[in-house]
This record gives sequence, structure tokens and C-alpha cells, in this order.
Amino acid sequence: MTSTLTISRLTKHFAGVDALTDVSLTVAPGECVALLGHNGAGKSTMMKIILGLIPATSGQVLVCGASPGSASARNQVAYLPENVAFHPALTGEEQLRHYLRLRGQDAKQALPLLARVGLGDAARRRIGTYSKGMRQRVGLAQALIGTPRLLVLDEPTSGLDPVSRREFYALLADLTKQGASILLSSHALTEVEARTDRIVILSKGRMVAEGTLGDLRRSADLPVMLHVTARNGYAPEIAKALPAAIQVGAALHLTCPQTEKLAVFGQIANLGDKVADLEVLPPSLEDIYSHFSTRAMQ
Amino acid sequence: MIRILTTAATEFRIALRNRWVAISVVLMVGFSLVLTLAGSAPTGGLGVDRLSVTVASLTSLSVYLVPLLALLMSFDAIAGEAERGTLPLLLTYPIRREEVLLGKLLAHLGILALAVVLGHGMAAAVSILAESGSVAGLPALWRLSWTSVLLGATFIGAGYALSSLSRRPSGAAGLAIGLWLGFVVLYDLGLLAVIVADNGGWFTTRAFPVALLANPADAFRLYNLSASAAASAASGIGGAAGAIPLWQSLLSILLWPLAALLAARAAFQRVTP
Repeated sequence: MTSTLTISRLTKHFAGVDALTDVSLTVAPGECVALLGHNGAGKSTMMKIILGLIPATSGQVLVCGASPGSASARNQVAYLPENVAFHPALTGEEQLRHYLRLRGQDAKQALPLLARVGLGDAARRRIGTYSKGMRQRVGLAQALIGTPRLLVLDEPTSGLDPVSRREFYALLADLTKQGASILLSSHALTEVEARTDRIVILSKGRMVAEGTLGDLRRSADLPVMLHVTARNGYAPEIAKALPAAIQVGAALHLTCPQTEKLAVFGQIANLGDKVADLEVLPPSLEDIYSHFSTRAMQ
Repeated sequence: MIRILTTAATEFRIALRNRWVAISVVLMVGFSLVLTLAGSAPTGGLGVDRLSVTVASLTSLSVYLVPLLALLMSFDAIAGEAERGTLPLLLTYPIRREEVLLGKLLAHLGILALAVVLGHGMAAAVSILAESGSVAGLPALWRLSWTSVLLGATFIGAGYALSSLSRRPSGAAGLAIGLWLGFVVLYDLGLLAVIVADNGGWFTTRAFPVALLANPADAFRLYNLSASAAASAASGIGGAAGAIPLWQSLLSILLWPLAALLAARAAFQRVTP
């Protein structure tokens, strides 16, 4: 099957700033790709180019087989901007009816769409009275209009509480099952976790990592942390047996590469009764993310 | 077409909630009534009907008020969307930028037309009730009404252009006030100063008529006063009005809205969200 989004060697320079350098990416139908990066890493710029809001300096972008911003592309792409905003004087329903008509859809779908994102009760209140999370839901509802083949979501979960975030990802899963492609951005890996098929990390406009979470974990190859708690008085003895460990009160902190993990476990097991407890801390998602994004900056 | 209409409907709803509809109507109706009632005194000596005299006063009112209302409604159109952050999302929808502008124009011009029709309608009703001979002034009032709407379209278009150029509502508001002062107030003062200095020379005979036609507000005044029976009852511009053929001021009135809207389109095309 042909890909929904194809980006090849995309480069964008603003006055004196290299916002994006040589980025290539494809998104297949039914695939959900997360775009990660710090503020200013180039995520929003890349999205705006895909949407045709700003032109690229060089490189090629194809959206559903058309050029970005063309009538055909706009008909098939939905967008949720970062900090989405609406006119405060309109109600959620009025705003959505307007967007439905702009896409040539039946305005009667407004209420069911709002109900789908959990705003059925607030539909007839003015958006000016909504909380940030509610505005975000209106934004999501407008992105669901029609059956978009590509959804471009800029930090869609900011302002959502953990429960809403879970509901939000469930909604996305429904969409990808129907064949829609999703490109979403986020500040943190913890937010996208296991809910996306692929992760792309941007740093200063360059793509520094791409793959599944497992791929990234393996290629980062970050050390494992071990916290060993000694039984009363045995701490110095354990410290002698594990010379690399740092003593913190009754506990000993130790890091070791993934490959030596089992050998160290063996050593600790040999200490027998002297050890009260052992805690293994694998590299967190934040560690993996900062590994890739800071390595590129150096 | 549906995209233009839904944009217009949404803009009208917003203007209704922001009280722009109410403000426009109250201002037009209020001032029209005041002028109609206050303008009743001099009719006897002039030998024209009451409404025709009122039309002359309403022309002066419209020259100031219509551009002001038009700019007040339009300065926020693009800059406001940009500042609220609603513009990027709108521009990813399958709607062309011209359609966005036309939708907004339809709403804003509709509101202005409503205010003008209600204001002038009140003036006509009051005049005819007081003196049935005032019916003779109705054609002049009708002419004033549709030219007012065209004058409004010119300044709404100019407001959109300024709104696109400045990108921020505060900046756009400043530019709009500047434009209004320039075209409606200072332009005439400047012309007057040059005429006085020129003392009947080349400027007064050749450049002055062109300068009047080049300003939409002056062309509007010229057209209405030279076409009206009440020209003699009006201000000093009446003399100049006689020297300029009617078709020239009419052409200026018709071309200005087009020029302003083309400028708005060009400015809006250059906006990158």
C-alpha cells in the first residue's frame, strides 16, 4: 500500500535559523507515529509544512499523493494545533457546525461528535467558559470530522488529565484501525509510551532517532541501576564485594551496562543473607529520550 | 458558496454577541433621527422638501460614520484570528482565502446595510409623517443608502487589508484610526489649505477635481450632493460638485470597493500563520 505521508530530505531555514535539516519520514495507512523533541526542535515547523501553512526551503513532501496545502490534501488532512483556540463568543456546537459545513459535511453531526469526545453536556455553552481541557476536546472533535486519512496532532494531550489521555489514545486506536494515519507530537516519551507504533526524535531540526520503543531502548543501551539494601551492619562487607557501588546509608547504589546485568545479579545472590532487598531500575523513558536528544546537541 | 455562507453566518453571530450589530444600528438610527429633527428649521426659505434637506445632512453624517463603523468592524478580522490562534486551523480547512474574506465581508456589510437602512428608514418615516411632500426626497435618500453601503464596502476592504498587514489587533486598530482620520478628516483640510495657498491657479482648476475623486469619501459626497436637489443647501463642496460630471464620481464610488477588496486579498495572501 502507498504511504499516506512521504517526506524526503525536508529542509527549512528561517531567517538565520535551521529549523529543519534533511528530515525524511514516511507514515503508512493505519500507522501512528509520535514526533518527540524539545521546544524549538522543529516539530511544529514540520507539521506546518505538512499542512501547507508554510513552504519548505527544499525537499519533497507528499500528503495523500498531493502537495501540501492543495485542495485535495486539505480535504483529507485534519489538524489539531498546539493550544487550540476558538472564538470565545461561539458555543461548542456552533463552532463545530461551522467546521462541518466548511468540510461539506452535515452540520447535524456536531452534537454526536461532541458527545464522542465527552462534551455532550457543554455543547450549548460558549467556548469562552470552557477549561483548557475542554477546548482541547473541541479541537479533537473538529479533527474527527469526515474521515481524514491523515491526522496531524500538535501536542494533543497537553491540558488533558490522565483519564482523558487514556480515552484520547483509545479514540486514536479506533481511527488507525479504520486506516487513518496519525502523526502526533509530544514533549515527553512518557506521554506516548506504548500507544504509538513508531517514535521519531527531533533535535535542533535533525532526526536523531527513529523506531519502536523497543528499538530505541536497545540502541540507547543505557545502564541499569541497582539498589541493594544491606541487612543491619553488613553494608561495609557488601561494599567490599561490589567495589563499583556507592554507599548511601544502609543502601548501595550500583550501575552496570545491560550486558553485565546477569553477572552482577549472580554476585549479589552469592552474598546471601547479608542482602535485605534488591531493586532493579531499568532506564526510564525520560532517560532514553534525553539520551537521544542531548547526544545530538553535543 | 456554502463555505462563504457559513463563514458569513458565523461572523454575523459573533458580531451579534459582541454587540457590533446593536452599536451600529443605534448609532445610525440615533444620529439620523437627530439630524432629521434638527434639520427641519431651514426648509421654508429653501423651497425644497424636508427630506431632501435631511438627505444633505445625512450625507455629511454618512461620510464620517459609515467609514468609522466599517473600520471598527473589520480591523479585527484577520489580526484577531491570528492573535487568538484560530487562523492556522482555519487555513488548513478546504476553504480558499478569498472565500474567508468574502464570508466576512458578507456579514460585516450586511450589518452595515442593516444599520443604514434602519437609520435612513427612520429619517424618511419621520419626514414624511411631518410633511407629505417629503416623498419627493425619497430617490435621493435611496441613492444615499446604496452609495453608503458601497462606501462601507470600501472601508471594510481597507480594514481587512490593514488587519492582514499588521497581524496584531492593537496595531490594526491604530492603522484603522489613522486611515479614517486621513481620508475623512485631514484629506479635506489639506485640500483646503492648498487651495487657499494656490489662489485659483493650476491646482484649483486641474488637480483639485482629481484629488476629490481619488478619495472615496469625497467622491461619495460629490455624487450625492451633485445628484441631489439639495446641493445648494449643502456645504461649500457644492461648487466643486457642479464642476465634476456625475459619471466620474459614480465611477469612483464603484471602483473603490473593488480596489479595496483586491488590496485586502493581496495582503491576506501574504499572511503566513
